[in-house]
Amino acid sequence: MPLNRRTFIGAVVATSGVISTPMLRAQGRPRVVVIGGGAGGATAARYIAKDSDGAIDVTLVEPSRAYYTCFFSNLYIGGFREMNSLGHSYGTLAAEYGINVVHDWAVAVDRDAKTVTLASGGVLPYDRLIVSPGIDFVDGAVKGWDVSAQNVMPHAYKAGSQTELLKAQILAMPEGGTFAMVAPPNPYRCPPGPYERVSMVAHLLKQVNPTAKIIVADPKANFSKQGLFEEGWAANYAGMIERVGPEFGGGNVEVDPVAMTISIDGDVNRIDVCNVIPAMKAGRIAQIAGITEGNWAPVNAHDMSSKMDSNIHVLGDAAAQGDMPKSGYAANSQAKVCANAVRGALTGSTVFPARFANTCWSLIDTDNGVKVGATYEATPEKIATVNGFISEIGESAELRAATYRESIGWYEGITVDIFG
Amino acid sequence: MVFQRLTAFALIGLTTATQVGAEAGGDPTRGEALFRQCSGCHQIGEGAENRIGPQLNHIFDRAAGAVEGFRYSNGLSRAAAVGLAWNYDTLDAFIENPRTLVSNTRMSFRGMPDQQDRDDLVAYLRVFSDSPMNIPEAAPTARAVDHAVAPEVLAVVGDPAYGEYLSGECTSCHQKSGASDGIPSITNWRAEDFVIAMHAYKDGVRAHPVMQMMAGRLSTEEIAALAAYFERIDQKV
Repeated sequence: MPLNRRTFIGAVVATSGVISTPMLRAQGRPRVVVIGGGAGGATAARYIAKDSDGAIDVTLVEPSRAYYTCFFSNLYIGGFREMNSLGHSYGTLAAEYGINVVHDWAVAVDRDAKTVTLASGGVLPYDRLIVSPGIDFVDGAVKGWDVSAQNVMPHAYKAGSQTELLKAQILAMPEGGTFAMVAPPNPYRCPPGPYERVSMVAHLLKQVNPTAKIIVADPKANFSKQGLFEEGWAANYAGMIERVGPEFGGGNVEVDPVAMTISIDGDVNRIDVCNVIPAMKAGRIAQIAGITEGNWAPVNAHDMSSKMDSNIHVLGDAAAQGDMPKSGYAANSQAKVCANAVRGALTGSTVFPARFANTCWSLIDTDNGVKVGATYEATPEKIATVNGFISEIGESAELRAATYRESIGWYEGITVDIFG
Repeated sequence: MVFQRLTAFALIGLTTATQVGAEAGGDPTRGEALFRQCSGCHQIGEGAENRIGPQLNHIFDRAAGAVEGFRYSNGLSRAAAVGLAWNYDTLDAFIENPRTLVSNTRMSFRGMPDQQDRDDLVAYLRVFSDSPMNIPEAAPTARAVDHAVAPEVLAVVGDPAYGEYLSGECTSCHQKSGASDGIPSITNWRAEDFVIAMHAYKDGVRAHPVMQMMAGRLSTEEIAALAAYFERIDQKV
C-alpha cells in the first residue's frame, strides 16, 4: 500500500512538468482546509487526500507538532501507558498522503471570502472548510477556577503536560491525603472519562498511598457505565471513593486554588489535589467562525455540514449532532462520512449514505476492561441511535481481560486510521 | 430458544441416561461410525488424550478452549475469551462448518452438511459427557436453527468500491496492515469465509457484542462488498 502511494506521488512529479507547472496544478485543484489535527480533523484530511488520489489539495492546520490523544491518557495516570505511547506526529500525513500540514493557530474565518487566517498572518483559501477543534472550557463554570488556575488545579482534559502535571501531583500527595475531582455537566468530551480517571487514580493510590481518599463532586444524577464503575469501585477500591451527586449538592461547588480547598454545598474541605473538569463548549475557532448556537456547532447529520454554512463541516466534540457521544471514535467515524461527502461535492465521486458507529472502552483496574457502543444513522433532524450494547455487571475475569486486550488493539487500530 | 432449552433440560431430568440420546433425535451408534471422520485428530472415551486436536470427553457445557495441556489456535482462544461454550447449538454450528464460529481455527474439517449426521455425531459425543445440558428434545420442535449461510447469499458478488467506503467502520479498530494484536486481522480472507463469519455475528451465533452490533445492520450486499474489498485489499491500485 505505501509502495503504491509513493509510486503515485512519483508519477505526479514526473508528469506535472509536462502538463503544466506544479503551481498552476495546485491552483486548479479544489482546496480543503481542515482546522484541528485530532481524531476528527486528521482522519478527514487523511481520507480526503487518500481517496481523491491527489485531486484535492488538503491543508491541515494544527498548532501542536505532536498530538497526545485524550483517549487512553487516564491509563497513563494509572501506570498502564507511557506518555510517549500516546503521542503521534503528522509526518505520515505529510509524507505519504501529500497533506500540507501547517503548525499554526487558525484565528479567523472569513465565510464570504472563504478564507482562514492564521496567527502568523497567513491566509488559506478554501472551497470546503472542516472545523474539528475539540473543546474549550466555559468561563466561570466552576466558581473560583479559571484557566489561569490550571497549573494548580489541572483539568487534564486535553492530554499532554496537563496529564503529566496531574499525575505528578497525585504522586506527591501526603500519606492519607485527599484527591478531589469536580466532574463536568453534560454534554462533555468522553462521557466515561471522569469515572475511568477516578478508577485509575484509585489504582495508583492503592499502590503508593493506600490510605488516601478520593472525593468526586458531580452535578449529574447519573453517568456513563455507572453500574459497571460502581461495581468495580466496590470490588477493587472499597472505602476509597466518595461521589457526591446533585442530591447532596455535588453541583454546588466552589474551589480556592490558593487555600487548596473545595466547597461542596457549603461544606469546605481541605484537599491535596484538585482535578477541575469544567463545563465545555466547542473549540474557540467555531465560535469565531460564527457557526455555533449556544456552546456547540449544529450540523446536518448526512454530511456533518454546518447548519449555518454549507461550505463548512464540523466534526467531533465541537459538533451538536444528536445522539453520538463526544469521543475520539465518534469523531473518527463522523470524519469518514464527511470526507466521503466533501470528496463527492468537489470531484463528483460517489457519495455513499452516512453511517456512524462508536465504542468506548474503559479500564477499571488491572485487566478489568468494560465497553459501551452503538451504531447510528443520519435522519433529517439529527444523528440517531440504531442499536447498541454495554458490558454486563458480573462478567468473568477472562472476559474483562479480553475486553482490555481488545481496547489496546483498538488504540493501535484507530490511531493508524487517524494519523496513517 | 432459551425456554425450549430449559424445557428440554427438565425433560432430560426425568429420563434415564440411556434414553437421552434417542430423545435428542440423534443415534449415538451411527454417530460412532461418523466419528471416524474426527478420530484422525480427536480421541474420546476412557484414556482419551490430546493429539492434533484436544480430547473430547465432557465437552458439553465446557467453555471452549479449556482442555488442559492443549495449545489452541489464536482464533479459538479469542472465541473462548468472549464466551464461546460448547452446547448443542454451538457444537452443531461448529461441526457443520468450523469457520462459522471460529475464524482461523486450526481444525481443518470441511464440515458436515447433513443435519441427521450432525445430530448422530453430537449424540455420540454426548455419551462421554456427564449430566449433559442444553440439548433440545426430540426433533423437529426444538431443532437448532440452521447456521448455514444460504447459497444465494454466498453467491452475491460484492462491490469493492462500496466495500472500501464501508471499511471505514472496520478500520476504527481493525488495521488494514493486517496487524492483529488484541483485535483480529480481517485482511486477505477468502470472501466466503468473511461472509460466513459476518452472517454468524449478524445472526447472533458468534458472541462478540461489538461485532454483533456492527454486523447486525449490514445487509447481505454490504457484507459481500466488504468481503470483496478485504479479500483483495493488497491488490488495490
